[in-house]
Amino acid sequence: MGAIELRNIVKVFSDKRRGRDLLTLDNINLDIEANDFVCLLGPSGCGKSTLLNIIAGFEQATSGRTLVDGKQVERPGSDRGVVFQQPTLMPWLTAIDNIAFHLKLKGVARAERYDRAMEFIDLVGLRGFEHHHPSEMSGGMNQRVGIARALLMNPSVILMDEPFAALDAQTKLEMQEELVAIWQKRRCTIVFVTHSVDEALVLGNKIVVMTKRPGRIREAVNFDLPRPRDITSPEFNDAKRHILSLIREESTRLAQAS
Amino acid sequence: MTSVTDVSPARPALRLTRAVQGLERLVVPALLIAGWEAFARSGMLPPALLPAPSAVLHALGDWVFGFDETTQTYSGHWPRDALASALRVFGGFALASALGILAGVAIGWSRLFEKTLEPTLQMLRPIPPVSWIPLAIIWFGIADKPAIFLVFLGAFFPVLMNSIHGVKTVDHNLVRAGAMMGANGRQMLTDIVLPAALPSIFAGLRIAVGSAWMLTVTAEMVAVKSGLGYVLWDSYYFLRYDIVLAAMISIGLLGYLSDLSLKAIMARTLRWQQATTVQGRAG
Repeated sequence: MGAIELRNIVKVFSDKRRGRDLLTLDNINLDIEANDFVCLLGPSGCGKSTLLNIIAGFEQATSGRTLVDGKQVERPGSDRGVVFQQPTLMPWLTAIDNIAFHLKLKGVARAERYDRAMEFIDLVGLRGFEHHHPSEMSGGMNQRVGIARALLMNPSVILMDEPFAALDAQTKLEMQEELVAIWQKRRCTIVFVTHSVDEALVLGNKIVVMTKRPGRIREAVNFDLPRPRDITSPEFNDAKRHILSLIREESTRLAQAS
Repeated sequence: MTSVTDVSPARPALRLTRAVQGLERLVVPALLIAGWEAFARSGMLPPALLPAPSAVLHALGDWVFGFDETTQTYSGHWPRDALASALRVFGGFALASALGILAGVAIGWSRLFEKTLEPTLQMLRPIPPVSWIPLAIIWFGIADKPAIFLVFLGAFFPVLMNSIHGVKTVDHNLVRAGAMMGANGRQMLTDIVLPAALPSIFAGLRIAVGSAWMLTVTAEMVAVKSGLGYVLWDSYYFLRYDIVLAAMISIGLLGYLSDLSLKAIMARTLRWQQATTVQGRAG
């Protein structure tokens, strides 16, 4: 479960104040298999977040079809867990209440909610902090709560929009390792948006390189380096060189065009 | 140059500094009251026109406890007068809060209510509540009702405006997160939008409780025959400025206490907000 098909996705934002339309996504076609870990890699403003929001159901494509497990995406839903760039937790709820929020909405009794949420508190290493409010925890801890919250819904797809961008380098490394471990253990499809080549190569087994404005797919690179990945290995560097050359070609093309 | 002893003074010294700091606040009021007392006793103005603080305190004491009937018919009647005013404040404030939050959330959340309801309310808002007094008296007579009506008018709009603002400025990513976790329309409102808007709603309630006291006293001066505002105005006719001042102090104190209790409720409800302070994170 968790296969995603994107067919001829076009997204145009109409800028009413300036009276012009902005083509953000230009004919995106992408197949993501179940249990893939896909990284959408591209510079700021290439529409990678927009694409993620379309899969999440937060935004509608201007044209094209988005299918998750063969079903057309029309609105957000708990089959697609989203981890936002900022933790986006309910500030009035404690960590455990944030993680169990989905169960509360479903009317599950408190004792059972807490019981099930504790498993995810342990999974993301937050035991001892379950009754802390978001304002009492660090950014990294809050992002863990955000990931646990998405995992608890047992979604077939997890969509992550640069979730580690605001973290310091050390916390980021830890979180990346933990995310890979969680993905290996739970087997779900992850679509991970990032602008960092290294991050994409550490995490993904498929790296989708996007071009800037309008967003197009430059190349989808399969990358099956065994894990844990050694970021100093020749294979890693070969892949990095290839992706960097794609990005460089792209910036030369843009420079010549302007 | 700071020495170590400057940074962490010994405990007794610290306590002394705190005590002195506490006294600092009292210096200005103490000087003002002493100056007033001295001026009133100097005889430059007739005592009836400028009662000394001691005389005001005396009047207030008799009004509250009724020990020597210096306040004549009011002697010992303070609890009844204060209760009459407090009930009007509470009645109008409760009504205004309930309707203000309801209408504010509806307008903030739904385009339909925003288009249909808001223009009318925004046209009524600039009319000062006191200008409704003649109509209030015609409609409700001289009793509790016109006072509660005026209090309602004064308290409703701050609650309404802050509720609208609170709902409209809810982080739209929280709404998205709610939708992602499967919230339906009603849950979105009760479990996400309303709690997120609470800090703003409480700000409105605190402004409203101030307006409520202001309008209770105004209404009692004009349209009601009981309460602290009535005593104040009645004593003015009898040139009992000591009672006028005692009434002013009473209103000030009760208004302060209402705000304090509201603040306590707010602190309990919004406990999640308190963790972050200017000094950093608590705990």
